[in-house]
Amino acid sequence: MTTRPAGIRPVWILGAAGFVILACAAALLIGPISIDRMGIVREVLDAALPFSIDSGLSDQQQAIVRNIRLPRVVLGLLVGAALGTAGASYQGVFRNPLADPFLLGVAAGGGLGATIAFINQLGDGRGIFDPVQVFAFIGAMVAVGLAWLLGVLGDRTRSAATLILAGVAIANFFTAIQTYLQQRNSDQIRRVFSWILGGLNTGGWNEPLQLLPVAVVCIAILWLSGRTLDILAVGDEEATTLGLSVGKARALIVIVASLLTASAVAVSGLIAFVGLIVPHTVRLLFGSSFKVIVPLSTAAGAGFLVLCDLLARTLLSPAELPIGVVTAFFGAPFFVVILRTVRLR
Amino acid sequence: MSARLLDIQSVGFTVKGTTLISDVSLQVNRGDWLSIIGPNGAGKSTLLRAIATGTASKGTISVDGVNIADLSPAERSRLVSWVPQSPVIPAGMSVLDYVLLGRTPHLHPLASPKKADVELVESIIDDLGLNEFVERSVETLSGGERQRAVIARALAQESPLLLLDEPTSALDLGHQQEVLSLLERLRSDGQRAIVTTMHDLTLAGAFADELLMLSSGTVAHRGTAKEVLTESNIAEHYGANVRVEITDGTVLVMPKLDTFTKEQP
Repeated sequence: MTTRPAGIRPVWILGAAGFVILACAAALLIGPISIDRMGIVREVLDAALPFSIDSGLSDQQQAIVRNIRLPRVVLGLLVGAALGTAGASYQGVFRNPLADPFLLGVAAGGGLGATIAFINQLGDGRGIFDPVQVFAFIGAMVAVGLAWLLGVLGDRTRSAATLILAGVAIANFFTAIQTYLQQRNSDQIRRVFSWILGGLNTGGWNEPLQLLPVAVVCIAILWLSGRTLDILAVGDEEATTLGLSVGKARALIVIVASLLTASAVAVSGLIAFVGLIVPHTVRLLFGSSFKVIVPLSTAAGAGFLVLCDLLARTLLSPAELPIGVVTAFFGAPFFVVILRTVRLR
Repeated sequence: MSARLLDIQSVGFTVKGTTLISDVSLQVNRGDWLSIIGPNGAGKSTLLRAIATGTASKGTISVDGVNIADLSPAERSRLVSWVPQSPVIPAGMSVLDYVLLGRTPHLHPLASPKKADVELVESIIDDLGLNEFVERSVETLSGGERQRAVIARALAQESPLLLLDEPTSALDLGHQQEVLSLLERLRSDGQRAIVTTMHDLTLAGAFADELLMLSSGTVAHRGTAKEVLTESNIAEHYGANVRVEITDGTVLVMPKLDTFTKEQP
């Protein structure tokens, strides 16, 4: 027999790496200020490699590449990877194609946290551990925690459906409070709204470095959970008789994916659509095993968000489009094309 | 290794105040095939589920001398495998990957199947005649092929106790015989015990060594086919009007045709 179990193939890894590298290259080379392209490549290599390379760029150009474009690309990679990975994991753990990383109230909780920070004028959302980020993170984790508690209290078996319903209830509750606070403090409405639409405006390297360790650990755990997600596909009861501790496995994956999402939301706001559509696109193209879907969603999410951010900052340059508008505006038609093509094959 | 494999003592099962099984005791030895029969709602599937998931409301279920309520899901699945009546078939999963799910209790939660696991699964697939379907997705298989794939997954668990809930109810006559002959072969090495629930009384009597008739959550009768499948037993517990004949040692249960025309009292 020549058949192999489902798993990621070397050619897919190469393809995913190629896509991410191309997306990064495009985002680094294109910007409002024209800079010598080879100079940018040399400057980035200089920053990445342990030995020094002379890029031939002026100090100002070096600063643009090193402290504006590069951190923004890295942040896009991390946030996209986080949302893609968390979305794939949520879809598997809830066995629900409509699940996205915001399902259990991360978005509503993060939105409420950020709104509270904004109306109390605590920080501007930039810089390391800025109050807006901290409040958004806490809000997101509180919302998921409450949804989890409610779900477990309502149903000892922690079934997927009960958790989803609890998440919907919590999300609506938090959104109600957030909307009320927003209306009461209309002077801050613009900033709140802008945060909710999401963006990768960075204050240099603070945000990417803050997100990096959490993202690496959480993504690694979720990659290793691919087989568990495949087992959950046969339903809780059969999965239990196959030897899986369903409650524990679901708790681990939901907690890790929520932590990952909340960390990404804290630094980038609510970037919709990536966590929903990226895993579906990967599934349609590369099969239904989560051993494949989760890691490829990481790569696809990273590359996709970097490309969307490139469009967001160049289409109306020097003005910027909110990245959430770009992800949906270009992502939705692309997904429809994939859906049509794969179904007709 | 003792011969006694499954030992159920005074097991009851209650869900939200409704008692589905009130008091069942039974023992099964290695190499035995016990078939549980009984009318709809008698508690047959519930009993198998309670054994498979270790969730009896009262009483003890021991497999190989161990009370399975004390075991983790992985430990339990190394002793008991369960073929549900309507398995959930995941979309797009190949037969190979589906059967590999049976290796779950032998693997660390975050580890991947080893080469030895894949080889074992391939030999089971080969043994069950599923070779040509190994790359096909399970959902595209016919009823008989699918049932063999689910049995293959159960065998991959390498457990001594094999539970099958209505393994033949969705199959045509030829595939019913095929699956039951497969089970006969599987238990013939004397290492395993098989417990099935069955609706077709003639088939149940023809294949299993022993029948256990459940009715309203308790054991009504237990014994050989000739002892259990009597016209009066079936009338009492199934409310069915049947004729029982014994031909070449096989008990044949046939509905009496006048039942359909006669008015019920």
